[in-house]
Formats: sequence, structure tokens, C-alpha cells
Amino acid sequence: MIQVSHLSKKYGSRTALDDVSFDVESGHIYGLLGPNGAGKSTTMNIITGCLSSTDGKVLINGYDIFEEPEKAKKFVGYLPEQPPLYQDMTVTEYLTFVAKAKGAKKSAISSQVSQAIENTQISDVAGRLIKHLSKGYKQRVGIAQALIGNPEIIILDEPTVGLDPLQIIEIRDLIKQLGATHTVILSSHILSEVRAVCDHIMIISHGKLVASDTPENLESLLAGAVSVDMTVKATEEEVRTALSQIETISEITCSDAGDGTLSVSIRTGGTEDIRERVFFAFCDMRRPILQLTTARTSLEDVFLELTSHEPSGGDTAAFVETAGIASDGDAGASHTEDNAGGLNDGSLDEEVQSDESNI
Amino acid sequence: MRAIFEREVSSYYNGIQGYLCGAFILLFAGIYTMGFNLTDGLAAFESVMSYMDFILIIVIPILTMRIISEERRQKTDQLLYSLPMSMTKIVIGKYFAMLVVLILPLIVICAYPYILSMYGDVSLKTAYSAILAYFFLSAALASIGMFISSLTENQGISAGICFICMLVIYYGSTLANFIPASGIASLVAVASVILLVGLILNSLIKNIAISAGVTAVLELILGGAYLLSPSSFENLFPQIVSELSVFDRFYIFTTGIFDITSLVYFLSITGVFLFLTVQSLEKRRWN
Repeated sequence: MIQVSHLSKKYGSRTALDDVSFDVESGHIYGLLGPNGAGKSTTMNIITGCLSSTDGKVLINGYDIFEEPEKAKKFVGYLPEQPPLYQDMTVTEYLTFVAKAKGAKKSAISSQVSQAIENTQISDVAGRLIKHLSKGYKQRVGIAQALIGNPEIIILDEPTVGLDPLQIIEIRDLIKQLGATHTVILSSHILSEVRAVCDHIMIISHGKLVASDTPENLESLLAGAVSVDMTVKATEEEVRTALSQIETISEITCSDAGDGTLSVSIRTGGTEDIRERVFFAFCDMRRPILQLTTARTSLEDVFLELTSHEPSGGDTAAFVETAGIASDGDAGASHTEDNAGGLNDGSLDEEVQSDESNI
Repeated sequence: MRAIFEREVSSYYNGIQGYLCGAFILLFAGIYTMGFNLTDGLAAFESVMSYMDFILIIVIPILTMRIISEERRQKTDQLLYSLPMSMTKIVIGKYFAMLVVLILPLIVICAYPYILSMYGDVSLKTAYSAILAYFFLSAALASIGMFISSLTENQGISAGICFICMLVIYYGSTLANFIPASGIASLVAVASVILLVGLILNSLIKNIAISAGVTAVLELILGGAYLLSPSSFENLFPQIVSELSVFDRFYIFTTGIFDITSLVYFLSITGVFLFLTVQSLEKRRWN
């Protein structure tokens, strides 16, 4: 449906997008996830023809967005980050204008407008001037605008930003409903949102696509990394001696808690639960364990791990894709394993630290 | 294109702008008709039109200031970029809407010479050709204003720059006459204009190498031409300015001459600036 290949965008000397490739299949809700300034809006602007790329190609249903923009744009409804609303028009006037501008037939205009109003539940405000609407309603009018012409693909750039919690839930429900009949791509920097709504996640960081998979697969990708956090009454040296007999441990981080105890964070390479062995190891040394917990990697960890790298770190760039929407065609199981391994012996302590600071 | 056109027209007349422009033109047309035709008993309506030209210095900035800059400020340009419609059609749609605002008061003015002709011997042909030329003149100036509006997202700045441009265009040929007739004075004047064009080019494309290169080449050609034939530079600058002056072209009509080359000139200016407006909008896609 949408094929993005080797997309790059440079603003002067700054690279906003660097060789991004992905395919979008019909009937899914895609989430474009990344920290602020990662390149999400740039990607969306290029796909919708609002911005030109420095390099690369975007095909929408086979039409190149740069070479045949008028044909390609017919398949896409777009809500930019800030809804493009004419403040001096009423909602109905505005939507009618959009329908005409999108080239709807005269007979179809009013039915398209009323359909969009109904779908986004804005009929109570249909006759009001847009400048008098609340932010939530403006956002809905923006979405209604994207729905006009019944395009196959709906692209929403941060659709819930600036809304109150109730509005966020309403907009999410709306997006889920849209997902049943359209292909939806939405961007967000809020992980829980993408997780709640999307069935496919693409993570962008520093202009590069660093992961693209279902939420479940992304989590299981790093599930191999089991971490154990514990508090013990021992010195760091004793801890390291005790743990040296457990060969699956890849990393130990200790920090002095101050009251004679030590907070220890252990990472393992395997999936085996090491808590029992840790317990007996400290038992043998007669060092008391005051607390022992285990944690598996969550989507948050994946996100933090993938986006915390500096742009120069080339490792993450290679980490693309596990199933379904391959980019270069060389993605596969071995690729995934390589990267999973790479993540484990890479800078996971960095992730743990940022994790802690977040919690 | 039609959707854009309709939206812009309704936007002009939902707000104050459309009425303000119309009222301004009609007010001064009324004052001059009163003064020349009714009080002084002059039978030539074209002389009324000849005094109407300066009103455009104020009307054009009001008309054009928000036409594109406001789209940028409200971010509605994103919608225009994502529409399945070419930028040329969008620009032409907007431009036609401005023409409607300009033409409506002129249609009212068209009644004046006809009414006057009932009470005296008024030359309707020259009167209507002057009104027609006035429309072409304002259409050409509106395209310049539209281009200026596409360069900024602040309609105040757009209006200010447009006002200054209109003043320069209006007084251009008068000011150019102050430049000494000597060849060297014209050389310096033309060289300065080339430099100015280079600076504007640089601010538009933000590429110092290209703009400096273009300026240097033009200056070299100019210098070479001066060395080859210094005598041809005498009184050259005032002559060029007068030839290019949009308003001077309009005055021809107010003397009762229907000069078709001037109409073509107005159309060419319109074409060039509409093209530049499209390019200015397309260029933003690249930045």
C-alpha cells in the first residue's frame, strides 16, 4: 500500500531522516514512535507530499508521491501536527471546502461531509465557527478533514497531543474504529498510546528506523534478557565472588545504599531464572539477601534501549525488522538474533540507569 | 481550483478586507468624479481614472497581505500541500479571488461614464479603456503583492514590504529622472540595481555561491558593455525605469490611447509573479 524506500531528508547540514525504508500493508494501525525531534513528523510530511525528500522514494498504491502527486494524494488523508483549520469558517463550511478541494463530485459532497461529521462525533458543533471550538473538537475536525473523500490511508501526526485524558481516550477509540476500515498511521512519543492503539510499531530514533514489529514481538525480542535486582548485606567484592559461579550473568552493577547494604543489579544473557542459584550462592557465604526481585524487559525498555543511543552509534541502525514488513529484504531470523545478542552485550547498563531514573 | 477560489472570495467578504478595498476605490472614484466631472464640468472620465492610480499603493497591500502569509501562520498551508491539486491551481484560485475583489468596485465605476454621457458629450470608448487598463494595472500589482505575501508568515510584514514596493514602483520613474544623464551615473545605478537583485536572490535561495556568481556575471556583462560603448549608457537608467514603469504604461490609456502592448506588458508581469509565487511555495517543500 505504501512503500517507503531509502528515504533521507537533510535540513542544511542537519540530517533529519537517514535512509528510512518500510512498507505499510492495508488494514493495520501503524504507530510511529520516537522521542521528540526523531523524525516522525518529517517522515509523515514526506509521505503526504507536504515536504520533499533529499533522497529516496515513496510509492502510494504504486504512484510516486513526487512524480504523480495528484494521483497519490487521493489515497491519503492527513492530519498534521497542528490541525490545518481555517478559523473563520464553520465546521460544515470547512469540511465542504475540503471535500470540494479534494475533488469530490458535487452529489457526493454533502454525504461525505455528514459521514465525516458522524464518524468523528462533531455534529453538535457543526454550525459553529472553528475559532470558537475547544482544542479537543478542533482535533476532531482535523481528523474529519482527513476522512473526507474516504481515503484508504489515514495519517495522523500526534493526534492526542494537548488533549485532556478523557479526550485522549475518545480519540484513541475513534482511531481504533477507523482502523477497522482504513489503514492508519499515527505518530506519537507516548509509548502507552501506541501500545494501546497500534498493532504494528515502528520506532524512529535520530532519523533512523531502529525497529519495526508488533508490540508483542518487540517485547519478546528482548525477553531473553532477565534482570535481577537485589539488596544484600555484603561488600562489592563478596558479591562478585558469590556471583562468579553463575556463568549466565553478563553484567553486575553495584551501588552502595549507605546503611551497610548494597544494591545489586544483575543482567543475564539466558532466559533461565537465576534467583535460586543467587540465593544459595549468598547462603554459602553467609551473607543475607534482604530483597530479591526479577524483571523482564518491557516495551519501555525496548524503547529506551533503541532510542537512547547517540546518532553516531551505528549498531542500532542495523537493527531493523523481524517479521512481515521487511525493508531491504535481508531481514530474517539470523538478523534478529544478531541484534538481540548485540543488545545484550551492548550498553544495557545505560538502559538500566535511565530506567531507574524514570522510576 | 474552484474550491480555493470560492473560499478566498467568501473569506474576503466574511471579513472586512473585501469591503475595505472596494470602499476605498469607490470613495476616491466618487470624490474625483464629483470634482472633475460634476463641479468642473470636464467631459473626460479617463482623467478621473488617471488620478485613481495612487489608491492602489494602499489597496494592493490590504488586498494581498494575508493571501498566503496567513496560510503559513495558521499552518493551513499543510492542508494545501496535501491536497490532490497542483500548486499552480491553488495560486491561480487565490489570484482570481483577488481579481473579484478588484473588479467589483470597477463594475460600479463603469456606470459613472454612462450616467455622465446622458448629460453631456462623454467619450465612452476612452473612458472604458481607461477603466480596463486600471483593472489590468491593479491585477499586475496584485500579483506582485501576492508574491510578497508568499515570502513571509506575518501579514503585517507582508503589507509593509508590499507598501514600500508599491511606492517604489509608483515613484520609480520620477526618482529615476533625478539621476544625472551621464553614462557613468547610469552605470552606477544599474550596477546598484544588479547588486540589490543579487541580495534579494540570496535571501530567497540562501545559497551565497549561486547568488554571488549570478551577480558577478551580470556586473561583468554590464562592465563589458560600458567599456564597449560608453555613449549608449547616457540617460540609460531613467529610460529603462520609464520603460519598465507599470504606472507610466497606465497613463498612456488616460490620454485616450488604447495601447495593446501595455496590456500585454501587464499580463506578462502578472504571469511572471504568479510563476514566482508558485516557485516560492514549491520551494518551501524543499526546506
